[in-house]
Amino acid sequence: MNGSADPSRPQGALDEQERQALLAIADDELVLGWRDSEWTGIAPVLEEDVALSSIAQNEIGHARAIYALLSARSGAGDAGAIAAGDALSSVPTAGDPDALAFDRPPEEYRCAPLVQLRFVPDWARTIARRVLYEAVDELRLERLRASSDEAVAGLAAKIDREEAYHRLHAEMWRERLATEPRFQAAVEELWPYAVAMAEPDDREQLERMFEPKTTPSNSLLQGARRGAHADGWRELWNEMTEVRRSVPGASW
Amino acid sequence: MTAEAVWSALAEVEDPEIPVVSIVDLGLVRDVQVDGERVHVELTPTFLGCPALEVMRDRAAVAIEALGARADVEVILDDSWSTDRITPAGREKLRSAGLGPPAPRTAGSPKLLQLQNGPFRCPYCGSTETRLDNLFGPTPCRSLRYCARCKQPFEQFKTI
Repeated sequence: MNGSADPSRPQGALDEQERQALLAIADDELVLGWRDSEWTGIAPVLEEDVALSSIAQNEIGHARAIYALLSARSGAGDAGAIAAGDALSSVPTAGDPDALAFDRPPEEYRCAPLVQLRFVPDWARTIARRVLYEAVDELRLERLRASSDEAVAGLAAKIDREEAYHRLHAEMWRERLATEPRFQAAVEELWPYAVAMAEPDDREQLERMFEPKTTPSNSLLQGARRGAHADGWRELWNEMTEVRRSVPGASW
Repeated sequence: MTAEAVWSALAEVEDPEIPVVSIVDLGLVRDVQVDGERVHVELTPTFLGCPALEVMRDRAAVAIEALGARADVEVILDDSWSTDRITPAGREKLRSAGLGPPAPRTAGSPKLLQLQNGPFRCPYCGSTETRLDNLFGPTPCRSLRYCARCKQPFEQFKTI
């Protein structure tokens, strides 16, 4: 990810709520991109091998661009701008998008458990997650597109245009698998994760879109909330950061 | 140093993944400012995950420095680029390389039915009897289509 995105015109610190929202999206997209890329080479049909690989590349590209914006607008060089206890507190160089992506300890990542789960080789759950994730993602991007911060609104709009193709892919598969019991069960199983990942304001709309049969218990929602870490998260973090940790400070 | 000289130099900078077109053909150069020996260029990415971005940025800097100027190439991560910015010459070069140029943007997001049933033209024989084979292709910017008339698979530039 080295330096792809020259910081686009620092304009001071980001609005705190938007900064948290952006960090959550970047972590979601990085980790989901990683999980989707696990299908590269082994998807059920060649077309999906290409599709999942391409989607993964896009998601990681979105993460990269958001980390670049967060870094550029973090008040880099001013360590005091990052408060103790903040999600970014352990990032040594706030101005470096790669540091933001890879130098945090696993417990500081803000990605939702929905994207952390490892589903290979289960296609039904993989597609159920893609369908649910894109629905949640569309609603939060819509909110950021209306931001009064031009850089935030502009990047959200750019990301959303690319996501439109991911939504078409999800729509196509949702139609194709609609009557398959395995797919229906996977959507029900992952529904609590999608609800827990969504902003409270978006939950009603998601319910209208998916009409789930059951209401998730509080303990399920608690385990699926952003900030919690699912089984397999630490292994994923190890794998994801291994190369960078192997030679600290190297430029790639 | 004139802005025209810089634009001409940038018109020679190829997209590493589609070498028939330059970054100017693709409409990726948003602005050129010449200030004495210093040249400031604003470059916009196609897709955010496109690995060609760094290569294009670096090649643009080399092309400007070859003119004897100091290059400052800034990548702008906003929503200002769309496939509508590809120039008519760029679209023709894409077609001649076997890549369907992007359909014009319409209001709203692309629709599945539109991509499945729209009159996409085969860059080889010109027929619109083509079908969508895959929304995704070898790079983020392309879909895969098949021409039922000349039996040729081809890559179609996505509209974004």
